[in-house]
Amino acid sequence: MTMVSVEDVTVRRGRRTVLDAASVQFGAGRLAVVIGPNGAGKSTLLDVAAGLLPPGTGRVLLDGQSLSSLSRRELAKRRAYLPQSPQVDWAISVERVVALGLTAHLPAFGGLPATWRERIDLALDRFDLVDLRDRPATQLSGGELARVMLARATVGDPALLIVDEPTAGLDPRHALDAARRLRTLADGGCAVIVALHDLDLAARIADDVVAMKNGRIEAHGLAETVLTDPILSDLYDIEARVSRTADGATIRFHA
Amino acid sequence: MNRWLVPGLILLLLALSGTSLLAGTIWLSPGRTLAALLDPSPDLAQLVIVEVRLPRLVLALLVGGILGLSGAVLQGLLRNPLAEPGLLGVSSGASLGAVIAIYYGFAATFALATPLFGLAGALVTIGVALLLSRSGGTLSLILAGVAVSTIASAGVTLALNLAPNPFAAYEIMTWLMGSLSDRSWDHVLLAGPFILVGAAMLLCTGRGLDAHALGERQAESLGVDLSGVRLLALFGTALGVGAATAVTGAIGFVGLIAPHLVRGFVGHRPGGTLIPATLAGAAIILAADIATRVLRFGPDIKLGVFVSVIGAPFFLWLVLHVRRTVA
Repeated sequence: MTMVSVEDVTVRRGRRTVLDAASVQFGAGRLAVVIGPNGAGKSTLLDVAAGLLPPGTGRVLLDGQSLSSLSRRELAKRRAYLPQSPQVDWAISVERVVALGLTAHLPAFGGLPATWRERIDLALDRFDLVDLRDRPATQLSGGELARVMLARATVGDPALLIVDEPTAGLDPRHALDAARRLRTLADGGCAVIVALHDLDLAARIADDVVAMKNGRIEAHGLAETVLTDPILSDLYDIEARVSRTADGATIRFHA
Repeated sequence: MNRWLVPGLILLLLALSGTSLLAGTIWLSPGRTLAALLDPSPDLAQLVIVEVRLPRLVLALLVGGILGLSGAVLQGLLRNPLAEPGLLGVSSGASLGAVIAIYYGFAATFALATPLFGLAGALVTIGVALLLSRSGGTLSLILAGVAVSTIASAGVTLALNLAPNPFAAYEIMTWLMGSLSDRSWDHVLLAGPFILVGAAMLLCTGRGLDAHALGERQAESLGVDLSGVRLLALFGTALGVGAATAVTGAIGFVGLIAPHLVRGFVGHRPGGTLIPATLAGAAIILAADIATRVLRFGPDIKLGVFVSVIGAPFFLWLVLHVRRTVA
C-alpha cells in the first residue's frame, strides 16, 4: 500500500533547482531514510512530502489525495513534521509542549478537551517523560528535548511522520535511542521518513533508503540494495566500503 | 494555569475603578459618587463624575488593556520577550500623525483632528512595515518595524525643530508625554470602536501563538496559518494601539511589562498570557492615572512620564533577568 507518493516534483529557488524531477513512494509501516551530502536537497524533499513547500511542478499524493487539496488542519491531523534542531522559546512545561501536538484537533478557543488528556499521558509514558512532565522545556538536555519533540509529533497518532535529522547534536546513546523509537513507530504502522547523516544508524533502522545528490534522487529502494559500495562512493565522491555483520552494517570512508 | 489569576485581576480592576472615580483634586465620598451615577439631575458632583472621571476611567481601561494585549501578542509572534507595540512603529507613527495635526494647526480648528491624524499615522507605518517585510520572516518584520519607527521619530523631532513658535513646540511635547487628562466621551467614542475591533483580532491569535512557540516550521506543520496570525496581530495592533496612542499620546512600557507580570502564572504559554496581560495592562494604566492625580509635586506629572519612570527600571531588571535565565 502506498502512503505518500511524490510524483515528478521539481522545486526551484531563484535560478537554482533544489529538487529535480523527484519521484519516490513511501509506504505505511515502513521507515525510509533519506541520505546524501550537504545541500543534496534532503530537507527540500522532506518539506515537499510534508506539504510545507508547494512543488513547482509535479504533485504529492497522500493516500491518493493531492496534498494541495487538503486543508492545513486536515493535513496536520494526518502527518507530523519535526524540523532539524527544534527549539522551544518559552519556559513551557513538557506536558504543554506535548499537548501542542494536538493543535489541529482543538477548537479555536477554550482548554484541552478531557478526551485528549489520556493521549497526552500515553505519549508522555511512551517516551519516558512522566517524571519530566512539569519541567520547563527550556531546561531539558538535548536527549530529553529530542524525546519531548518526538512525543509532541506523535501524540496525535499521525499516519505519516517526517523527521529532519533527529540525531543532530545527540550523543551516541541518545541518537540510538531516538532511532529505536522511530523504528518502533514504523513497526506500529506509521509511515516514517527520516533524513539522516549517520549512515551506520541508517543501516540499522531503515527499511528503505533514498539517496540524493544535487537535488536528484540517485537511487531508492530496499536499504541493502542502496547502501552499497558503488552507490555510496558515487554519492559522497569519496571511496566507501560497506561491511555487513550480524548486527547491522558499518560504512567506512577512505580519503 | 493559575485559576485565581483572572478573577484576582478583575477584582483589582474593580477596586481601582472605584478609586479612580473617587480620587482627584476633589475627593468624593462613595455615597455621593453612587448618587451621581444613578441620579440624572445635574449638579457639580454629577458633572465631575459623568463628564470627567467616567470617560477617563473607560479610556484608561481601554488603552491599558489594548497595550497589554498587544504586547502579549507581539512577544508571542516575534518570539521575543522584549517586543512591545512601539517596536513595530505603531506608537511613533501615531505620534507623527498627531504632531502633524498640531503642527499645521488642524488641532486648533477641529478638536478631534489630533486623534484622527494619529490613527492614520499608525495605520500607514504598520502598512509600510508589513510591505517591507512581506517576503521575509520574523526578523525582517522587526527590522522593518524599527526602520519605519525611526523614520517616524525623526519626523517628530524635525517638527519640534522647525516649530513656528514655542507654544507649538510646547503643545507637541505635552502631547508626546501621554496623558488621560481632559479627555471626554468624544475621545472614548473615537478610539473605543477601533480598540475593541483591534482587541478582537488580537484575541483570535492565541492558539496560533501557542504553536508558534515551537518555531515557524513546526507551527505551520501543526496546521497554523502563520501569515493569517501575523496579519491579525499586526492589524489588530495598528487599529487598537494606533487608536489608543492617538487619543492619549505615547505611553511606553505597559505593553512590555504587562505580559511579563502574568507569564509565570500561566505556565509561560504565549496564548495563555493574552487575557491576563490585557487585565494587567488596564490595571497598570489605571493605577498610574490615579497616582498622577493623587501624588502632587508641583506641576502635574503626565501619565506617560510616570509609567516610563516606573517602567524603565523594570525594563532594566527584565534585561538582566532574561540574560541570567538564557545564559
